[in-house]
Amino acid sequence: MSVKLGLLALLAESSMYGAQLRSEFEARTGGTWPLNVGQVYTTLARLERDGLVAQDPQADDEGRILYHLTPVGFEEVTTWWRTPVDRDETPRDELVIKLALAVTTPGVDVPTVVQTQRTATIKHLRDLTRLKVQATDRQAADTANSNDLAWLLVLENLIFGAESEVRWLDHVEARLAQEASRPRTPRPPRPADPAAEAEHTAYTIVTTGVEK
Amino acid sequence: MTAPILRLTDVVRTHGEGDTAVHALRGVSLDVQPGELVAVMGPSGSGKSTLLNLAGGLDRASSGQVWIEDAEIGSLGAGALAALRRRRVGFVFQDFNLIPSLTAAENVSLPLELDGMSVRDGRRAAREVLEIVGVLELADRYPDKMSGGQQQRVAIARALVGNRRLVLADEPTGALDSQTGEGVLRVLRDRCNAGAAGLLVTHEARHAAWADRVVFLRDGVVVDTTGSAVAAEDLLVGSEH
Repeated sequence: MSVKLGLLALLAESSMYGAQLRSEFEARTGGTWPLNVGQVYTTLARLERDGLVAQDPQADDEGRILYHLTPVGFEEVTTWWRTPVDRDETPRDELVIKLALAVTTPGVDVPTVVQTQRTATIKHLRDLTRLKVQATDRQAADTANSNDLAWLLVLENLIFGAESEVRWLDHVEARLAQEASRPRTPRPPRPADPAAEAEHTAYTIVTTGVEK
Repeated sequence: MTAPILRLTDVVRTHGEGDTAVHALRGVSLDVQPGELVAVMGPSGSGKSTLLNLAGGLDRASSGQVWIEDAEIGSLGAGALAALRRRRVGFVFQDFNLIPSLTAAENVSLPLELDGMSVRDGRRAAREVLEIVGVLELADRYPDKMSGGQQQRVAIARALVGNRRLVLADEPTGALDSQTGEGVLRVLRDRCNAGAAGLLVTHEARHAAWADRVVFLRDGVVVDTTGSAVAAEDLLVGSEH
């Protein structure tokens, strides 16, 4: 998640000081991605250096420095809203890497790795579902504000994510069972000459996504 | 600790004998407390349905014990077992299983009337529980004039009418779209929160996520369980939500 763009989007509404930006960001995303205030100020300093934000000429009544968007910063936010999030850049997912390594490392009890993860993910899914029920009740009782709606949407995204992970784990389990019933093909020997070796390494990286 | 509504102790269920024996369950122990919804997950053939059938007295264990409140199913004769099922256990199926020629209220009051209650008292009890699950306005409607979600709510009402406190649900949302299915799970969840005990068989993680605990079965054995849930409020300690 780009903290930079998140802060710019908040500043498009009004001038804010660092701690205020932090609490606004967390309130709207349900505290799912906590920021520390140091991170906010470092980002603000970078944004100021790049001409995307500027300090208000006067501090507020309590002496806090307020930041606002420059026209360039406003343009940046507008472009962000209009542009899809880049999905070509595959993020490193520890679980995917872990399982890719588990199935290729002798002696690892892969079904147990899968089951342990599934239990943990379903537990997480259960917690998310409880939070969702609570958030939906607030919506139904009409005591919600727009931050609650944002929180509900974030929760539902996390629920979809966890559910998809469990489905993938079920699939991994079924695939492993299928593979186990077939005679195993030995791994190809590593090529000896350097050019072929480089090609082999590149192939391994592409197929496992272990390294970009 | 309160007494469980459902207790399985080292339950084994084997079909057939000798070389052709199929071990559907191989030593499963499980308690479901009042107020608790427990989900059972596992691949096809793992023993989920066998577990549910044993819990509801539709099948008998080869060894081990199944208790519903203070009654051990294995020690009951056929008549006593049928009466126990009528009075204490409610079933909810994927395809609702409502009787098409009866209205919602008649479907719900049927188990009570079969058990000797007067039609008048049975209908009154049915209307009360239909109101609890939010479909009182459908009391005089026939199943073919209801949506799938409405039929399943009526089925949950039927499962809980009278003094029954154990609900056994087999993929209850399997035939419903996700929004409607969620509504049905919510009703089931609410009934458990009000003191019923529920056992939910599902292969969908997002449905199992409504339970307090998830038990994983494989090859007739419990291979893992999530442990009990904490209250939603406690998940957000330190947050303003």
